[in-house]
Amino acid sequence: MSEIMAQSQSIVNEEGQSLWADAWFRLKKNHLAVLGLCFLVFEMMLFFGVPLISTVGYEAQNLELTLAAPSFQHWLGTDTLGRDLFQRLLYGGRISLTVGILASLVSAIVGVIYGSVAGFLGGKIDGFLMRVVDVLYALPFIFLVIILMVYFGRNLILLFVALGLTQWLTMARIVRGQVLSLRHKEFIEAAKSLGIRQRKIVLRHLIPNTLGAVIVYLTLTVPSVILEEAFLSYLGLGVQAPMASWGTLIKEGVDVMDQAPWLLFFPALCLSTTLFSLNFLGDGLRDALDPKGAKD
Amino acid sequence: MSLKYLLGRLAVMVPVFFLVVTLVFFMIRFAPGGPFSSEKSVSPAILKNLEAKYHMDEPLSRQYLHYLKDLLHGDLGPSFKHANRTVNEIIAEALPVSLELGLLSLTWALMIGICAGGLAALKPNTSWDYIPMSFAILGICLPTFVVGPVLVLVFGVWLQWLPVAGWESWQDRVLPSLTLGFAYAAYISRLTRGGLMEIRMQDFIRTARAKGLSESDILLKHSLRGGLLPVISYLGPALAGIITGALVTETIFNIPGLGRFFIESAVNRDYTVVMGTSLLYFTLIFVCNFLVDIFYALLDPRVKYV
Repeated sequence: MSEIMAQSQSIVNEEGQSLWADAWFRLKKNHLAVLGLCFLVFEMMLFFGVPLISTVGYEAQNLELTLAAPSFQHWLGTDTLGRDLFQRLLYGGRISLTVGILASLVSAIVGVIYGSVAGFLGGKIDGFLMRVVDVLYALPFIFLVIILMVYFGRNLILLFVALGLTQWLTMARIVRGQVLSLRHKEFIEAAKSLGIRQRKIVLRHLIPNTLGAVIVYLTLTVPSVILEEAFLSYLGLGVQAPMASWGTLIKEGVDVMDQAPWLLFFPALCLSTTLFSLNFLGDGLRDALDPKGAKD
Repeated sequence: MSLKYLLGRLAVMVPVFFLVVTLVFFMIRFAPGGPFSSEKSVSPAILKNLEAKYHMDEPLSRQYLHYLKDLLHGDLGPSFKHANRTVNEIIAEALPVSLELGLLSLTWALMIGICAGGLAALKPNTSWDYIPMSFAILGICLPTFVVGPVLVLVFGVWLQWLPVAGWESWQDRVLPSLTLGFAYAAYISRLTRGGLMEIRMQDFIRTARAKGLSESDILLKHSLRGGLLPVISYLGPALAGIITGALVTETIFNIPGLGRFFIESAVNRDYTVVMGTSLLYFTLIFVCNFLVDIFYALLDPRVKYV
């Protein structure tokens, strides 16, 4: 008996592994996605590793060496207050990525809950909830975010919550579609016939099964949030000094671009390569995790 | 497409519009600070007069109803910061500027995008394909607020071919509209290429080729209509994006359009201008999406709205 148990256990394990192993195998074949992943890992190591070993802070001013060109001492030059651009880029990157990831998580939480509730309950409630999503799709949320940022002060928490709340609509649609196709599967029937509560079915059985699609869309949400944050920061409505994000660095670079073009070039390069990598990784993950998934 | 569907969609717009009005109104009013809080040393008496003039001394619900009543009459109220100007006047001045900028950008985007995409699809896997498509990737990953300043630096400051800011002569129009249209040109070229490549494989194109039609005839008379469908359906999001992107573009090039008024009034807490401009933006985007959907259904007989 125990042998059979062990055997079936190993089969289950093997299949459990094979989904992710299979996805990893497929992802590895996508060179652009792997390149993106490597770049992001390298970037993360720089962002979080360099401040630990470096002696110069991102705020350290040197008013005798302003707008200096790239040199051995300051690899990417200095800005109008003589601050080291390399350090500021790393710091800005940390803020940009943090906002991007946290806001995407906010959007994922809202979207997953909304979508799974709509898909699981079905019928009229589902129709109504999805109609609301359709209507919200047509609203330009960025205007509401701008108003919010202006009136309620520009703090970081409000920023990523607000940005996250603009992004959950597509997530809700994707999760609802997944749940809709899952909820008549046998294992849900089994769970229902065992008398498990609805809430538990959704949390323990439905949502975990939508995880692949959620991860894929999460990866694609991060770059769009980073871009929105940069957009707001460029307008002076996002991250405030002395904090910096890539958006504020680009803004500062634009102001002095005729004297020191590198102050615009390097932040712009960082922002676009990161957005690029995230998009490639997201596309790669979509093909790997969800081969039949629709592009949405 | 049935009339019922169209009316139904218009009917949904009405409650949503009022929801937006209410949301924006109370969001602004509940926030700390007011339009007169930054005024230097206003005596209490003047402040009281100012508040009375703009009905700010009344309870919020009265103000809200007052605003709704005026709104139904098409009156968006007086500006709090621009003395002696109404929001209607400001919009009447700024809207044509923004519309012109938006339409020019869209024209650029469609012209460049469809030409580049068509070229790439006609000669796939040659340099006619690779060069425009590399530019397209560049256009998609570079945000407006990078493209704009770089164009200003190259063509305005270094080469001195075009003015760097303002909105008077036709030369002033070139850089802003290119900046705003660039990213959309990039997307449209990729969509055009993809759409045309897909159509190429279809039977009716093979038939046309078998009839002995020239490649350009096939492209213009047979492929384009179907191949451009992805572009048409992208027009809705593109228009919305152009409207939002104009916020930054108008700031970069110092253009007196709606976007600049919106940002400026938001920062200055000019309540009525913020309300007026954001309501206008919501309406614009609604109308654009609506028109694009109708257009799409007219072009593609397979689409049936019920």
